[in-house]
Amino acid sequence: MTGLKKFFKELTRYPSAILGLSVIVLLLGISVYALATIPYSEAVRLWRGGEDIWYQNPKYAPPSWFNEFTTKKRPVSFKVNTYDGSLSKTTTPSSDPEISTIDMSYAFDYEYDGSPQEMMIYFKSNIIEKLSFVSITWLTPDGRTIRIADMAISNKDTYRFTQDPKLQKRLKVEAVDVMNSLFEDPESPGKILKGEYQLVITGTSFESASTIDAEFVLHGELFGMAGTDKYRRDLLLPLLYGTPIALVFGLLAALGTSVLTMVIAAAGSWYGGWFDELIQRITEVNLVLPFLAILIMVGTFYSRSIWLMLGVTILLSIFSGSIKTYRSIFMQSKESSYIEAAKAYGASSGRIIFSYLIPRMIPLLIPALVSSVPSFVFLEASLAVLGLGDPVLPTWGKVINDAWVDGALYQGRYFWILEPAILLMITGFGFAMLGFALDRIFNPRLRDV
Amino acid sequence: MTSETKGPSDSESTSSGKKNSSSAILRVARYSLLRLVSMMFTVIIGVYLTILIANMGGYVDTIMRNEIRDNTTQAILANPNYRSLTTEAKNELIQTKIANEEKRLGLDKPFAVRSVKYLSNALTLNLGRAINMKSDQGSKEVRLILLERLPATLLLTGSSYLLLFFGSVYIALSLSRKYGSFWDKIIIASSPTSAAPPWFYGIFLILIFAAIFKILPFGGLVDSPSPSNPLDYSLSVLKHLILPASAVIISSIALSIYNWRTFFLIYSSEDYVDMAKAKGLNARDVESRYILRPTLPTIITNFALLVITLWTGLTITETVFLWPGLGITLFRAIGFYDTPVIVGSTIIYAYLLAITVFLLDFIYALVDPRVKVSSGGGGSK
Repeated sequence: MTGLKKFFKELTRYPSAILGLSVIVLLLGISVYALATIPYSEAVRLWRGGEDIWYQNPKYAPPSWFNEFTTKKRPVSFKVNTYDGSLSKTTTPSSDPEISTIDMSYAFDYEYDGSPQEMMIYFKSNIIEKLSFVSITWLTPDGRTIRIADMAISNKDTYRFTQDPKLQKRLKVEAVDVMNSLFEDPESPGKILKGEYQLVITGTSFESASTIDAEFVLHGELFGMAGTDKYRRDLLLPLLYGTPIALVFGLLAALGTSVLTMVIAAAGSWYGGWFDELIQRITEVNLVLPFLAILIMVGTFYSRSIWLMLGVTILLSIFSGSIKTYRSIFMQSKESSYIEAAKAYGASSGRIIFSYLIPRMIPLLIPALVSSVPSFVFLEASLAVLGLGDPVLPTWGKVINDAWVDGALYQGRYFWILEPAILLMITGFGFAMLGFALDRIFNPRLRDV
Repeated sequence: MTSETKGPSDSESTSSGKKNSSSAILRVARYSLLRLVSMMFTVIIGVYLTILIANMGGYVDTIMRNEIRDNTTQAILANPNYRSLTTEAKNELIQTKIANEEKRLGLDKPFAVRSVKYLSNALTLNLGRAINMKSDQGSKEVRLILLERLPATLLLTGSSYLLLFFGSVYIALSLSRKYGSFWDKIIIASSPTSAAPPWFYGIFLILIFAAIFKILPFGGLVDSPSPSNPLDYSLSVLKHLILPASAVIISSIALSIYNWRTFFLIYSSEDYVDMAKAKGLNARDVESRYILRPTLPTIITNFALLVITLWTGLTITETVFLWPGLGITLFRAIGFYDTPVIVGSTIIYAYLLAITVFLLDFIYALVDPRVKVSSGGGGSK
């Protein structure tokens, strides 16, 4: 206990260790949050989902906090519906039990300097025979009332403001200008009228059992915390969920590689003979094998599953140059007197390897382990950039790959590539900084220089 | 401490050197032969493993067979010249064409036989013909495909790695002279930046210099259409080289300097360096004779290993920058299931590595008086 306390006290002497450690704790926190709020299967379903899941989002929308840094405020997307009450709904029965009136309305402040891309209303109803009827009106801040549409709706209907020819005729504009004319200040054309707008939907149902539900969606230019991609997917999902995946891949690969390397090096130098020789040969053969090419081949020919990639990565990284370094150190400590003593009291080989040889090497192992995490985290991203990322999992590398393939940099959609890239960088630097400090703590020879 | 260990070994080698010079040569020959055999063995196993993996246990054969069947059937059914034939005649024609095509690609022989043939061809550097890939000139010779890409890769890896290597050794040497200084601290603090690979910095560089400032190209080797004037051509290549080479350098410069600096510092805290300083030798002499000389073997090893990695190219960096090098070719070859190209690229790397490791043993013996050629070490088998 006091040893651990002393260790942490020493750790706090290094600012890079504190910074690295807090980054790692933050990432762990995000991971726990992501895993707790979105189950694995749900994350996969959402990530693989198409228009049917993400229809409410605009395409290629930068995150909404962009507005904090610009003088010209761009409209932020939102959605409201009657299911959760964000779109108010009151049902008034009439004297005829078959007929009821359903009033839905939503008022919102519009303080942006541009008009939205599109507005849509998704109607849902449960009629058996007689169609329901809705009329949509639009109230502007200066008190005008604009009739949008009157229409009969079946059980599932979508109304798109810009694609209604009648509305275009009534407003006397082309489809592209519908949004402008709804949000424009009539006194000064070209300027957006800011203030409280209201959408009023009056529905009439002609069956006693039927009702009308509506969902109002405004596609602005900005969306949410992280923005959206080409497929309208909320980027917050892969950014959040990519964290545990990156950590698990990096940590498991680093742990698997360094621990196995150490155990094999210890066993080889302890038993010696043909076993040691075999390990040496395998290491040399492995040096000849093209690491990345083999990973690419496995990804292309077998499966792109992240867990298979993890296994192959560990397998190929065990017999690396570090096995030679460890071996030469084990060869020295094998001759130490405390090993002689252990042999003399009759300790088994397994006991000597695991209780005497390896523990002495922990100071070397831990910094190496922590420092190797970033390279594995980036390896996963690298594979994704080559198009070999896991096909079902939302990962940071996959977002970069999507953005890259879609030419995000050419088109100026920097947020799409920068968000996952910055997260990758933070993760990489966090572990690198901690590993660096640990190296100095565990290897006092470095401390003086 | 150092003089103690050095003393006896020096006297030993001089006394024994005169007596058994002929047996020493014999020993050297025996040692190099054993080393050569073991290296060759390693290369053979490594290349054979690559062949096995590149074939995925016959899986690639199935893909290729299906592809041949589809293409041949499609071609014959779509060809108006064969329309008059009966269905049986058509089927027969398809079968013979498929058999011919399979024979051309060697698919009629079992994989075990073919893999041995791949291996023996690879070992004799008879790289053969690609299955699907072509060089820009339209040749299917693997040798030509690889040779065509080599200059681009060597230009990128060569310029960036050499600059990186000599730059970091030079800077590290001057930093080790005044450690604890402002720049020294900057290097220590920025060494975690080397955690990210080159392509990662490449993306940022493209974003800044190509997308925002529009002063450098997004990628590629030359402008399109390529300038006919050789001077303009090389200037254009140079312009395209800046970003990928900077990405490679940025991604490892800090850690590289840090490692060399630490390495030099450890050596410059040796007693004999203090002694040399106390003698009043100037800093340059101390550096070259007392610090660089004993660290030479390590510098050479690092340099040699760096030179052979030039060959493998930078697959992902080349992909990101659309740099037409060997790395991107290997990546494409895998996508085309083109085993000859994959094996060809691997065998050359394996040979280069083996030769370098072999030569390093001798270079070590030359520059490091502590290393003696003996029958121990790797050749003891």
